[in-house]
Amino acid sequence: MEFWVFFTAKPLMWLIVTIMTFIATSWFNRRLGGTPLLHPVLVSLSLIIVFLLLTGTSYETYFEGAQFIHFLLGPATVALAVPLFDHFERVKKMLLPLIVACMAGAITAAASALLVAQALDASVGTLLSIAPKSVTSPIAIGIAEKLGGYPSLASGLVLITGAIGCVLAPAIYRILNITDEAVKGFTLGVSAHGMGTAYAFEYGLMAGAFGGLAMGMTGAFTAFMLPLLVSLLGIG
Amino acid sequence: MPGLKLYGFGCESEYVGANVLIGFLILLIFQFAGELIVIAIGMPVPGPVVGMVLLLIGLILKGEVPECLRIPSEALLKHLALLFVPAGVGLMTHFGLLKQDWLAILLALIVSTALTIVVTALILNPSAKKLHNLNQDNS
Repeated sequence: MEFWVFFTAKPLMWLIVTIMTFIATSWFNRRLGGTPLLHPVLVSLSLIIVFLLLTGTSYETYFEGAQFIHFLLGPATVALAVPLFDHFERVKKMLLPLIVACMAGAITAAASALLVAQALDASVGTLLSIAPKSVTSPIAIGIAEKLGGYPSLASGLVLITGAIGCVLAPAIYRILNITDEAVKGFTLGVSAHGMGTAYAFEYGLMAGAFGGLAMGMTGAFTAFMLPLLVSLLGIG
Repeated sequence: MPGLKLYGFGCESEYVGANVLIGFLILLIFQFAGELIVIAIGMPVPGPVVGMVLLLIGLILKGEVPECLRIPSEALLKHLALLFVPAGVGLMTHFGLLKQDWLAILLALIVSTALTIVVTALILNPSAKKLHNLNQDNS
C-alpha cells in the first residue's frame, strides 16, 4: 500500500500513463478506420479519469505530471504560423470572406449554445462556462474566468465540443456538398478549435493551416464579442 | 543532413540536432513575446495566439520558413491532439454540475456546433468556388 502511494505521487508516472494511453487509443482508433466517435482524445481522457478514480488520485496530483504535455500547447499554438505561412497566398485572396465567416460562425456558436442551454434551465455557472465552448482551451479558460463561469468546466466543454465538431463535420460536408480543403479546415477551426484543427490536418496540410487560422481568429474575436453577447441576453 | 545550409533566425549551425533545438527556442521566444504584449496592453487574448501572429509576420518578412523551425513545428502539430488530454481530464472535477445539467449541456453543444458548421461553411464555400474558377481560368 505504501509502495502504491509513493508510486502514484511521482509525476513522471502520470506523464507516462497519458502518453501510453494516447498511443494505444490512437492505434485502436486507426484500426477502426479513424471514427471521430472514438476520438483518441475522448477515449484517452475517459480511460484516465476512470483510472484516477479507481486509484483515488486527485486531478492535482495527475496534473503535476501531465502539465509537461499541457505546457506544449503554447509553442504548438505559435507553430501554427508555419502552415499558415505556407498557405499565405491563398489566405490573402480569401481574407474578407474568411473574416465574415469567422464572425458569423463565432456568434452562431455562442448565441445558439446559450439560448438552448437557457431554454433547458441550465444554471448560470453552466451557462457562462458553455458560452466560450467553440474557442481553443487557453482562450476559453480566460473568457470563462472573466464572465464568472468555471474555467475547468469550460475547458472540458471545449473538448467535448471539439469531438462533436469532428463527428458532425464530415456528415454536414457531405450533405452540403463541401469539397474544398480550405473551407473544410476553416469551418472545423471555427466550430471545433484545436481539435477540429488537429482533425483538419488529416484532410491535408492546407486544411490544417486554415483550421489553425480559424482557431486563432475565432478565439480573438470571441474574447471581445462574448461579454457584449452575455449582457445582451441578460445572463449573469 | 550534411551539406544542408540554413540561414536566418539564427539557425546557421551545421548540425541538425542543434538546429531543431534552435527552432524550438524560436517558438518559445515568440510565445514569450506574445505573453509580454498581452500583459503590457491588457488584452483578453492569450499570449500564444499573439505569438503566432508575430511569428507569421516574421516569416512573411523573411519570405520562407527556415528548416530548423519547420521540423519542431510540424512535429508539434502532428501530435496536437495529445496536448488536449491533460486539460480534458479536468472534467472529473465537475461531475456534480455535469450530473445536474447534462441534458442542457449536451443539446446546447450538439445543436450549436452543427449550426456553426453549417453557417461557416455556407458563407465560405461560394468564395472558395470562385477562387477555384479563377485559378482554372488563369492556367
